[in-house]
Formats: sequence, C-alpha cells, structure tokens
Amino acid sequence: MIYRETGQFKTSYRRDQAIFPIAQDRWFVVAALGVAFVVVPLVANEYWLQAVLIPWLVFSIAAIGLNLLTGYAGQLSLGTGGFMAVGAYAVYKLTTAFPELNVIVVFLLAGLFAAGVGILFGLPSLRIKGLYLAVATLAAQFFLIWLFNRVPWFFNYNPSGTITMPPRTFLGVMVTGPEATATVRYLVALSFVVVFALLAKNLVRTNIGRTWMAIRDMDVAAEIIGIRPLTTKLSAFAVSSFYCGLAGALVFSLYLGSVETLAFDITVSFEVLFMIIIGGLGSILGSILGAGFIVLVPIFLTNVPRLFGIEVPVDLAKEVEAMVFGGLIVFFLIVEPLGLARLWQIAKEKLRRWPFPY
Amino acid sequence: MWRNLKRLAVAILALSVLVAPALAQEEIFIPMLVYRTGPYAPNGIPAANGFRDYLRLLNARDGGINGVKITWEECETQYNTKLGVECYEKLKNKGPKGAALVNPYSTGITYQLIPRAPIDKVPIHSMGYGQTAAADGRVFAWAFNFPTTYWSQASAFIKYVGEQEGGMDKLKGKRIALVYHNSPYGKEPIPTLTVLAEQYGYDLQLLAVDHPGQEQKATWLQIRRYRPHWVFMWGWGVMNQVAIKEAAAIRYPMDRFIGVWWSGSESDVVPAGKDAIGYKAGNFHGVGTDFDVHRDILKYVYNGNLAEAKANNFGEVLYNRGLVNAMYDTEAIRTAMRKYGNRAVGGEEVRWGFENLHLTEDYLKQIGFGGFVRPIKITCEDHEGNGPVFIQQWTGETWKQVSDWITPMREVVRPMIEKAALEYAKENNITPRNCAAEQ
Amino acid sequence: MEVLNSLLVGPLRDIVSAPVFFAEVVVGGLMAGVMYSMVALGFVLIFKASEVFNFAQGAMVLFAALTLVGFMERGVPVGLALLAAAAVMVALAVAIERVMLRPLVNQPPLTLLMATIGLTFFLEGFGQLLWGSNVKELDVGIPDRTFDVGGMLLNQFDLVAAAVAAVMVALLAVLAQKTTLGRALRAVADDHEAAMAVGVPLKTIWVTVWSAAGIVALVAGIMWGAKSGVQFSLSLIALKALPVLILGGPHLDSGRHRRRSHHRRGGKNRRSLLGAAGRGGHRELVRLRAGDGLSAI
Repeated sequence: MIYRETGQFKTSYRRDQAIFPIAQDRWFVVAALGVAFVVVPLVANEYWLQAVLIPWLVFSIAAIGLNLLTGYAGQLSLGTGGFMAVGAYAVYKLTTAFPELNVIVVFLLAGLFAAGVGILFGLPSLRIKGLYLAVATLAAQFFLIWLFNRVPWFFNYNPSGTITMPPRTFLGVMVTGPEATATVRYLVALSFVVVFALLAKNLVRTNIGRTWMAIRDMDVAAEIIGIRPLTTKLSAFAVSSFYCGLAGALVFSLYLGSVETLAFDITVSFEVLFMIIIGGLGSILGSILGAGFIVLVPIFLTNVPRLFGIEVPVDLAKEVEAMVFGGLIVFFLIVEPLGLARLWQIAKEKLRRWPFPY
Repeated sequence: MWRNLKRLAVAILALSVLVAPALAQEEIFIPMLVYRTGPYAPNGIPAANGFRDYLRLLNARDGGINGVKITWEECETQYNTKLGVECYEKLKNKGPKGAALVNPYSTGITYQLIPRAPIDKVPIHSMGYGQTAAADGRVFAWAFNFPTTYWSQASAFIKYVGEQEGGMDKLKGKRIALVYHNSPYGKEPIPTLTVLAEQYGYDLQLLAVDHPGQEQKATWLQIRRYRPHWVFMWGWGVMNQVAIKEAAAIRYPMDRFIGVWWSGSESDVVPAGKDAIGYKAGNFHGVGTDFDVHRDILKYVYNGNLAEAKANNFGEVLYNRGLVNAMYDTEAIRTAMRKYGNRAVGGEEVRWGFENLHLTEDYLKQIGFGGFVRPIKITCEDHEGNGPVFIQQWTGETWKQVSDWITPMREVVRPMIEKAALEYAKENNITPRNCAAEQ
Repeated sequence: MEVLNSLLVGPLRDIVSAPVFFAEVVVGGLMAGVMYSMVALGFVLIFKASEVFNFAQGAMVLFAALTLVGFMERGVPVGLALLAAAAVMVALAVAIERVMLRPLVNQPPLTLLMATIGLTFFLEGFGQLLWGSNVKELDVGIPDRTFDVGGMLLNQFDLVAAAVAAVMVALLAVLAQKTTLGRALRAVADDHEAAMAVGVPLKTIWVTVWSAAGIVALVAGIMWGAKSGVQFSLSLIALKALPVLILGGPHLDSGRHRRRSHHRRGGKNRRSLLGAAGRGGHRELVRLRAGDGLSAI
C-alpha cells in the first residue's frame, strides 16, 4: 500500500535511468542517510562507534571492492587482504614522508597504489580463471604480506614492524590518531562509504560495468561481440583493488590506528569473500549487508547472554557463539542461497503487493 | 518475521542500556582481557585463572584492597586484536570510576591501546610483553611494562650464555640462532641481540617462523646446518611445542635451547613428552607452589581443595604469572590509595600509583610474595624497573630454577629504549615529559 | 650480476659442496609435503564429490583429533578410541548431509563453500565446548626415534607418516578409479542434477564421501597432533594446505576440456563462478578417463 510506484510516470530518460526510480526508495535512502549522518552520531556511544559501526563501514568498502571483481566481473580473488595491506602501508609511507599532505588525498593515493598493484596481479587473469585464478591471487596475498613483513623500509625501520597512524587533521578537525574522536572517524568512514558505494552503483551501469558482466557471463561470447578481455579484466582488477586499498587505508587509520601485517592476513581475504557471498554476489547493497552480517552478528551474539542477565563463563559463551554463528550462516544460505540482497529484494516485492497479495 | 524484528530491536535497546549498569560506589573495577578459547587458549587459561584467583583472594581474605572491594569482568579476545579492541571499548567505562587499569595480554592489543591510554585515562600494564620502548616513562606516561622487557631478557640470555661458556670473552666466535615468531612480538629481541653480537663478537642467525608455526622442518634443517652453540626462541602457542619436537628430531642438545618466558610453561613442554626434558626458558617469578601466597589461595579461594585448585592450573608457570600480574596491579592501586585515600580510585590515580610503586623485600614477604619476585621500584623515567631474570629448566615433571637471578645489561638496553621512545615521540607528536619538574 | 650469481650459481654451489645436506633438505621437504597432503586429501575427496572446497576440513581435523584424545583421556584403549572417533566422524557426515547438504543440492559452488564456512565455525565451537581448549598430549604409540643414514638424520615418525599417506592415497585411488562408487562420485561432481537423473543416489554418495573425509581428517589429526599436541591450531593447517592442493590440481584433466561447450552456463551464470569456470565445464558423466592420475582421487 505504501510501497507502490503507481502514478509515478517517468517522462524523461534521465528519470527512467535514475538509480532509485521509485520515489519511496529515494525517501528511504534519504532517511537512512539522515539517520546515519545525524541521529547515529548523536545517539551512539563510543563503544558502538568504535567497535561496531566503524569496522562495519570500512569492511563494507572492501566488500564492495571484491564484489565488483567477483560478483560483477566474475574473477575470483583471494588477494583482498594483500591489497588492503598495500593501502594501509601506502598511507603510512605517504603520510610520514609528506606530513603536510591532506589526509583525504593520502587515502585516495593509497587506493591508487593498490590499484596499480592490483593490475599487476590481475595479469594472470588473462590466461587462467576460476579456481586457478584464485590461487594466483592467493600468491599475491602471501607475497604482499611477506614483503611488508620482511622489508623494513615499509615500516620505517622501527624494531617491531608495527605501523602507527600519526595524528592528521582535515579542515581543522582531528581525523586520525588517538585524539580523533570516534564520531569524527565514524563520519569520515561513512562519507567514504556513501560516496564510493554510489560511485560503484553508477559504475556498474556504465559501459565498463556492462563489459565486466559480459565477461563474467561468458567470456568467449563477450570476446566475439568485441569486448577486449585485456582491458576489461584489468580494469576490474584496478577498480576493485582501489576499493580494497582504500578500505585497507581506512582500517589502518580510522579503525585500528596501528597495525601489523597480521591484520591483513589470509583470513581477512576469506572474511571479505564471506561477506559478499552472504550478502549477495553482484550487489552493492549486498556487500554492505554482508559486511554487516559478518561484523555485527558475532558482537551481537557475544552480548546476548548478558541481555538476559545470565552470567556465562566467557569461554562457554564464545564457543556457543561460534556454533550459533555457524548455524546462522548455514540457515541463511538454505533460506536464500543468493544472499541477503536477494532477501531484501524479495521483501520489497512482497511489500509492493501488501496488503493484498495474490 | 516482524515479531523477530521487533524482538531484535528490543534486544538492541536493552543492550545499549546495559552498557552502563549500576555498580556500588566503593568498588574498583578491573577489566580482564582473556583468551580461554582459540589457538592460544592453552597459554591464556592458566594466566587468566591466576589473575582471577589473586583478586578472589584479596576479596576473601582482606575484603579487597584496603577494604575497597574489587570487581572484575572477563572478556574473551581469542588473542585477536580486533576482538581485544572491542573488549576494551566495552569495559573501559565500567565501574563507578571506569577501568582502573588494563592488562592487554597480547602484544598486538598493547600496540592498539598505547595511543588511546592518555585519552581514555586508563593505564596499561603489559607485564613482560608489548612495546619495549614503553619502558621510557617520559614518552609513554600511561604504559608500564615492568618488571622487565624483552630487550632486558635478551641481554640476560647473553649473560647467561657467557657464564655457561666460562666468561663473556668466550662468546667470541660462538654461533647463536634466534628462532622467532614472525610478528612484532617475535622481532623484539633482534635489535638487542644484534648490538650485543657486535660487542661480544658472536655470530647471530635469525630464523623466522610464520604464524602459526606448525611447520618448522626447514627452520630446523637450517639450524642443523648452521650448528649453533645456542638456540634462543621467541615463540608463542603451537610454535613452541613443534619447535621442541623438531629440536629433538635433529638431536639438538636441549640444555642449549632457551625459550623466552612465553615459551616456558607447562603447556609448551608437556605435549612434547620426554623430548622436552632439559629444555630451558627465561622467567621473572618463582616456580611451583611453595610460597605464602599459594597457601593463602588454597585456604581462602579453594577451601583447601587441592584437586580443584590443580584443575584451575594452580602453580603452573603461567598461573603464577597471572598471580604476579594481579599483585603488581593491586599494589599499584594500593600505592594510589596512600595518596588519594582508601576509596575507589580511577585510572588517573592508578597511573600515579604505578609510577610510584615501590615494593621492598620486606613488604613482598608481608603480602606473601617473599622469594617469589624481586623487589622493584618504578619511577617517572623508568617504567620497566629493570627486574632481573633467571633461567628455568624442564625436568620432565616440573620447571626448576637452574640459574641465579641475572641482572640485565642496563647500560646497553636503556640507551636503546630511550632512542626508540624518542623516535616514537617524534613520529606521533608527543613531547616527552620533564620528570625532574614533576617530582 | 651479484644478484644473478647468488640466485643462479649459489644454490648449485651449495648443492655440490654439501650433497648430504641437500639430500636432507629434499627429504625434509618431501616429509613436510606428506604431512600437508594428508589434509589436502580430505579437501580433494569432497571437491570431487561436490565441486566445492570444504573449508571445514581443518575444523574436521581438529574435531576428530579432539574426539580421539577426549576418549583416550577417559580411559578408552587406543584401538577402541580410534574406532569410536571414526564412528563419530561418520555420524557427523550423516548429520552434515541431512542438515546442510540436502537443502543445498544444486546450489552454486560458492554457496556451498560458504556453507562449509558456517560448518567451520560450528565445529570449532562444538569441539572446544565438548573437549575444552587446552592443549592435550596425543600418543598413539607411533615410534618417534631419529636415526642416521649416511649422515642424514631421518625420523621414524616421518617415515610412518609417509607410509600412512601412501596407503591412504592408494586406497582412495582404487576407490575412485576402480569401483562403481568412485564412478558415481565423479558423476556427482560433474553435475548434481544430471547425476540424480541417471539414478546416482546423491544422499549415499555424499554421506560416504564426507565420512571418508572425516576419517582422513582423523588420520591427519593424529599425525599433526602427535607433533604439536592436540589444540585449536590444528584447525589452521587447512589454510596452509589449500595452496598445496590447488598447485597439485584437484583435477588435471580440466585443461583438456577448456574449450568444450559452455551451453549450460548461459542462463545460470552465477553458478559458474567457481565451478564451471574452473573445470572448463567438462560434461562427461560416467565416462572414466584413464591416466587422470593423482588428480582423480
């Protein structure tokens, strides 16, 4: 009843091709953004911002990046953690070498570095695909982590090999370092997510995005109709790695503040892959929902026993939490194998017919 | 579906309310970051039990610290940095005055918390781990790593080796291999060992083992070829047990194989069976249960039930480490109370307590730690206290102290610490404190 | 020039100057490979039957070893404990088929991969819940002495491990190549639907394969656990074994079929992401290829 596009006529191409063609969708997005930008900073305490929302946001960007590559261009990658590490170490090297450089510019440059590395490691995708490509990217993962671990130049020769983000300001406000408030860091991360999610959403509707999907659906046919695999695949790797590098930069500077290579090891690559599978391949919204699932559900489960005022030993709580989390993953897959984004879509379909389904 | 959503919303609301539950005014809150599950649980369980039992003892025997009750809450980190940060955020504002202090129990989490400590006003005590440079209190006002650091320990190892070889001049031309966990933690001793290698003329070979360390055949083949006179190990978790097995497999003499104090607990040697007999490790507190504090714990916490105590790792190396850690922390709180009065003290006051901690031989005897740890004095400049180290050896049944207390080479280590601290200060825009002015 | 020298000439010089050490390195490498192959074997089994990477193989190793040690700690003799642990793994396989695989028949491989990740979390939590997180010594009586062969140090334990791995590989090779079960197994791997259509009992196949993988996991758990003690880290070796498996190739024959028809992928592009793309969509259902070699297991 409330969610129906009856009477909304599209009288121009522009309106017809809008990202959110239905007015209710637009209102919803505006409302959601309003909540995210205004209400949440006012309401949420530091724990919520620092331990829950910021990780969700920064991993959303990584998930979008991987989804562009795997969900849209069909190239399976297990190198996400490595590309994120490139972003993080690029931020560190750039901002310590050029302290006066604007920190936002540093983030974007770090993304570009990652994009370059991504192109390099995307080259094998021209010859191999599927599982074998996954292994090639796995090699990238291991190589990059090894590199950052072994070459002291990357961590400015400090004895422990841990890199720490120095304090930096943007428009006079402390954005990174220990004195930056969680609210500011949350808002910066949120802005990045909004901008780059919209960008991605648009990107997949352009020529580039369509060639990616063509390659994904059937590479031979795509080649026959004149799509060049070289540029298509490499552009997918470049854009995806840019997003991953940016995410790594934000993980380092906004979320953790100081990292070692372990923060980007192979488990991170898998984690981001889980995010896009559970969220839905080939969906930007799905990436964000999937990141939310993987980040939020364990935290939520940890706090469940306390909600009911039950004192449970921490080890028992953690074990049960792992079991429930695993069970939930399987449950969601059985309910909807195509991910949370598909569930969302179904919900919308249902809502259109509500309250008179036929 | 809708009902579920509603339930979820209610749960989330309830959660945000619960973040700040009411506690009685006069209580000191200590957050406990523990790892009782996951890959490092064998090490985390005894340490957490020891820490907890000492707090229980204080509450049961003395009614807390100077009559102020202690409360604590455990939070499971699985030795994972991200989970550790989440735990810290959850617990740092608990209790009437917030967290009195925090023990990260992981080098990674320590690195995370050091920059936050001055903002959140929660002092960090990373006892024998974490960032070595934090021993310089002028730069790291909020971090404490007494009684001793990795760098001090590395120098103590060299001293021990020199003594065993019959004099420090005999070190010349000796070969020493360092097998280390390839992480910030494992890399810690490298600068010290390198500097000392130049000074004493021994040859140093570095062998990194990648996390988690189950596969070390290549490492030990290299050792077999290099034929080192001594092997040091900076290992953690499963890496320790595998290293001991592999050392036995190449017939390396166990009494020339010395592990860091995190590689020298029961769980590291027991799985290796009799292969581990003779293996040595560093330590900075007593081994066994033959101390007054143990008798008190058995009496007050376990009501004399030794079997139950043993089930809680009573007397194991890492259990004792938890005890010592809790003792240092509660004594810092007691020191703070001397200045601020016998009431619940907050993080800022406890920081002062840490900085003015002075435990004499007599006092340690009074609180049941006579002969268990060495006397210590913390100052504004020195957050390490330069506590001595000894070497212990596994007999197949128990750990046994086999060396005297060895004083580290402070003249070598301290300048390195100050240099590293200054570099950190420069990179992070910290102005070192002037300790003379603060007195 | 120096770099080239150290890269190309140096190693050769080392080999000539220290031939015994070189041999030892080779043997050591082989032994390490054997240890990993025991984990990889479990991966391959399940991959063969469902075209899915069983991410939970590591967790199964942990779970099996924990179960075995748990029984032994409670005073069950070694032989009996082994049988009991194997029985638990079979029961686990039945449960997995019932609860997880049956509802997910014919789903894209990535979805199945994700489901096994859910299984990983579950098993890690369940195993620790049942048997605790502490490290446990495991001694099933495998000799563990070092002896000298022409200057080379060899370990009895390594040799036993190699023998066990060889026997397992041989058994599974026979199973896959020479039996109806093996043929059916490969048919299922090709296409769930089609296999069901020609009358392959999917249910039985999966239970069998997962049981076999569980028992392989038990053996791997014994071998790795004897080295490091049984503890949570056993679950992590799977990640390291993954590259071993893929470099070895879950099926070498896919290259030969790369240009074969892809017609199935037109409408269902999502399902092709990991599966069909990787194996080039080879379609033979029941036909066996001679010379598939190791990769056929």
